[in-house]
Amino acid sequence: MFYREAGQFKTSYAADMAIFPILQDRIGLAVVLAIAFIAIPLFGSNFLIQTVMIPFLVFSLAAIGLNILTGYTGLISLGSGAFMGVGAYACYKLTTIFPGVNIIVWILFSGFFAAAIGVVFGLPSLRIKGFYLTVATLAAQFFLQWSFVRIPWLYNYNASGAIEVPQRMLAGITVTGANATPVTRYLVLLSIVILLTWIASNLVHGRIGRSWMAVRDMDIAAELMGIRLLPAKLLSFAVSSFYCGVAGACMMFLWYGGGEANDAFNINQSFTILFMVIIGGLGSIIGSYFGAAFISILPTALKFGLPAMGIALSGPVAEHLNYIILGVLILFFLIVEPHGLARLWQIGKQKLRVWPFPY
Amino acid sequence: MDILYSIFVDPFVQMGSAPDLLAQTLWEGFVGGILYALIALGFVLIFKASGVFNFAQGIMVVFAALTLVGLYEKGVPAFLALALTIGVMFVLAYAIERAVLRPLVNQPDIILFMATFGLTYLLIGLGEAIFGGNPKVMIAEQLYLPKGAIDLKILGGVVTLQKIDIAAAIIAIAMIAALSLFFQYTRIGRALRAVADSHKAALSVGISLNQIWVIVWFIAGVVALITGIMWGARSDVSFALQVVALKALPVLILGGFTSVPGAIVGGLIIGIGEKIGEFYWGPLVGGATESWLAYCIALVFLMFRPQGLFGERIIERI
Amino acid sequence: MNETMEQLQPVVASASAPEKLLTVENVTLSFGGVRALSDVSFDIRKGEIRAIIGPNGAGKTSMLNCINGFYHPQAGRITFKGKTRQRMRPYDAARQGIARTFQNVALFKGMTTLDNILTGRTLKMQRSFFWHLFRHGPAMNEEIEHRKYCEEIIDFLEIEHIRKTPVGRLPYGLQKRVELGRALAMQPDLLLLDEPMAGMNLEEKEDMCRFILDVNRHFGTTIALIEHDMGVVMDISDRVVVLEYGHKIADGSPDEVKADQRVIDAYLGVLH
Repeated sequence: MFYREAGQFKTSYAADMAIFPILQDRIGLAVVLAIAFIAIPLFGSNFLIQTVMIPFLVFSLAAIGLNILTGYTGLISLGSGAFMGVGAYACYKLTTIFPGVNIIVWILFSGFFAAAIGVVFGLPSLRIKGFYLTVATLAAQFFLQWSFVRIPWLYNYNASGAIEVPQRMLAGITVTGANATPVTRYLVLLSIVILLTWIASNLVHGRIGRSWMAVRDMDIAAELMGIRLLPAKLLSFAVSSFYCGVAGACMMFLWYGGGEANDAFNINQSFTILFMVIIGGLGSIIGSYFGAAFISILPTALKFGLPAMGIALSGPVAEHLNYIILGVLILFFLIVEPHGLARLWQIGKQKLRVWPFPY
Repeated sequence: MDILYSIFVDPFVQMGSAPDLLAQTLWEGFVGGILYALIALGFVLIFKASGVFNFAQGIMVVFAALTLVGLYEKGVPAFLALALTIGVMFVLAYAIERAVLRPLVNQPDIILFMATFGLTYLLIGLGEAIFGGNPKVMIAEQLYLPKGAIDLKILGGVVTLQKIDIAAAIIAIAMIAALSLFFQYTRIGRALRAVADSHKAALSVGISLNQIWVIVWFIAGVVALITGIMWGARSDVSFALQVVALKALPVLILGGFTSVPGAIVGGLIIGIGEKIGEFYWGPLVGGATESWLAYCIALVFLMFRPQGLFGERIIERI
Repeated sequence: MNETMEQLQPVVASASAPEKLLTVENVTLSFGGVRALSDVSFDIRKGEIRAIIGPNGAGKTSMLNCINGFYHPQAGRITFKGKTRQRMRPYDAARQGIARTFQNVALFKGMTTLDNILTGRTLKMQRSFFWHLFRHGPAMNEEIEHRKYCEEIIDFLEIEHIRKTPVGRLPYGLQKRVELGRALAMQPDLLLLDEPMAGMNLEEKEDMCRFILDVNRHFGTTIALIEHDMGVVMDISDRVVVLEYGHKIADGSPDEVKADQRVIDAYLGVLH
């Protein structure tokens, strides 16, 4: 009885095509944003912000990127980790060469570098489809990973081979580097993620999103509608890599504060993001959030939640359990609901519509 | 000018001036290629018979090898451990068929592909939990696999052939030949090919999907075990091997996903190409090209033949 | 339904001599060793309904695929709207005004009916990528404008009740209707229909016939139609081409073709 649409008539196409046509959805969104922007910084502990919220936001952004490529356009990619790396290294070089420019500008700009490289590695999609294209993205992953280590110019010839994020300020407040507080970094990250989510949502709900989905569902018919396949696919690679690149830059600058390519941007990272997209739901922006939340919270939940319930687990065992649970859950979701958490959410809302009646 | 020389002329000069080194590199590439082909073989078996791209093949190799070594370390004699491990692979095949394949019958390929991802993670977790994450030594001696090396004095120098490598090559070729014949000429082989084409159609002619799948995943498991033994005998058994298994993908691209002889041809091309590339051209770019060279070779091939060398032409009917 | 007909621009029928919209000359198509089409020639006049019939394997769908640009004939020429070409990409065919439905429904299963029909408007949508980043503003206005046109089509085809349903869930007959709607959204000059009534019951066939006739009469869309139901073919088509094993064996009005001995032997048979 709370989720009724009765009485909410749409009298214009514009109203009908709004992204959240139902009033209760809009209220819900406002509440979530309020919690995110106000409640968490005020009441959340540093631990919560650093170990849960920041990783969740970074991964959500990367998951949105991969979802655009894999969920909406149907091109399975195992290279998202490497594209994140491109963004991170690009941002690092830009800010060390031009330290005077606002770091937010560089974080967003580094996405374009990732997009350019994404387009290059997307060119094979002209001739190659399906699993074969996945292997091309693996080529991208391994090649880029190799370059991150073999081109010392990228990490400014640092002896350890790792990036160290310099301190940067925004309106007098330290935003990156060792002195930046978790709350500051969280708020900057949140703003970037919300902005980019809004843009992604705009793209997928319009002509461009439809073209991508047409390419995914039946590319021969899509060609017949006048959709040119190669530009559509390349655009998808570009946008997806942009998002992954920005996510990578955020990861380095607003989360880790520094790091080494083989840890942060390796093939395991690519798999992790792919799992987020699968579990969250292919072809769904909110699904990307669900998937990211799920996978980034799971290890922490296991490490601290189980002991809290009285089951003591040593570190390595928790890690093994992590893998096992992750594997089982992926299998479970694929069997029960291949469309992921997003579909479960939709079904839940459907049921809410008629609650307390059964149907 | 210098760069052109060092790319197009110098490596060949080097090859010609030290033919024994060339032969050695070719041999190493050959052996590497055979081992890739073995991993690819597991993929091909399962794909040919169930249409599933079994991403978990790599971890099955590791898991099989770990089980074998683990049992031996607990005190079980070598060959008994071998038999028990084969039994374990059968149980694994049965469990996978019941818990994963049966519920997912007739789902689109991508769902099955992702299910094998889930399987991979599950097996990694289980493997680490049961056997620990440390690298282990394969019980090569106990299985009567040869040790030592043969030094051939040819081509003006010495070419060293490890005996274990020779054994691996022979075993692999024998296995591939046996499996080719099996698929082509036996009733079960035909049933396997039918299942790969269409689950629904195979069911309607009375082929028991469940039996077929258990058989095929079991065979793939045995192939994984043999692969694990061979790989493990040359270097240690560790979870890093799982990532090496990804190398099988370029092999599959070249050889086609459904061709058993294709797996070996693809394996050899990739193995030899990779080694020659790394040895003669690698120093130009700073080395360690083995992580990506195979994929680029496959990529180039794909641009000219999108279905691989032996794969079937993908014809889309509208 | 007639009110909505007038909102979509009706075309005044011209009284001049029938002009040829599409000409197929000596087209030969082979796949490896298989000859799908051998030296086939015919034309389609502007504004007519042309049926292509023949037994299975005659090459009817291959012919449509050639007109569309999916297959490239080894010999022969196809002239559309005065422009001759031998190789044409499907994208160019779409741009020049050829739309098509498929034997096995080729809808975008992951999208709703409305979205599917909206993809038909892709070529008419001009707003660049940049405006789509913001959605509100020029991109939205364009969406609304094209939504209006698609709603007219939805009205015309009587599929309002399923406009938000994902097409994968629709029954076969409705899917075919949605596919027709998607092709209509392109505002084509030539509409190629590949067995639009396959698998339909009598009532659905009558509906589909009605739609096809309306599209032809009110918009002046030229229609080429592959169909097995002889009743439909004889009733609604202006002229008929008969193919058998890749050869053309008859070409003329429905009555002429029905009486042609070769056609009777190959395809129609006689009443026993």
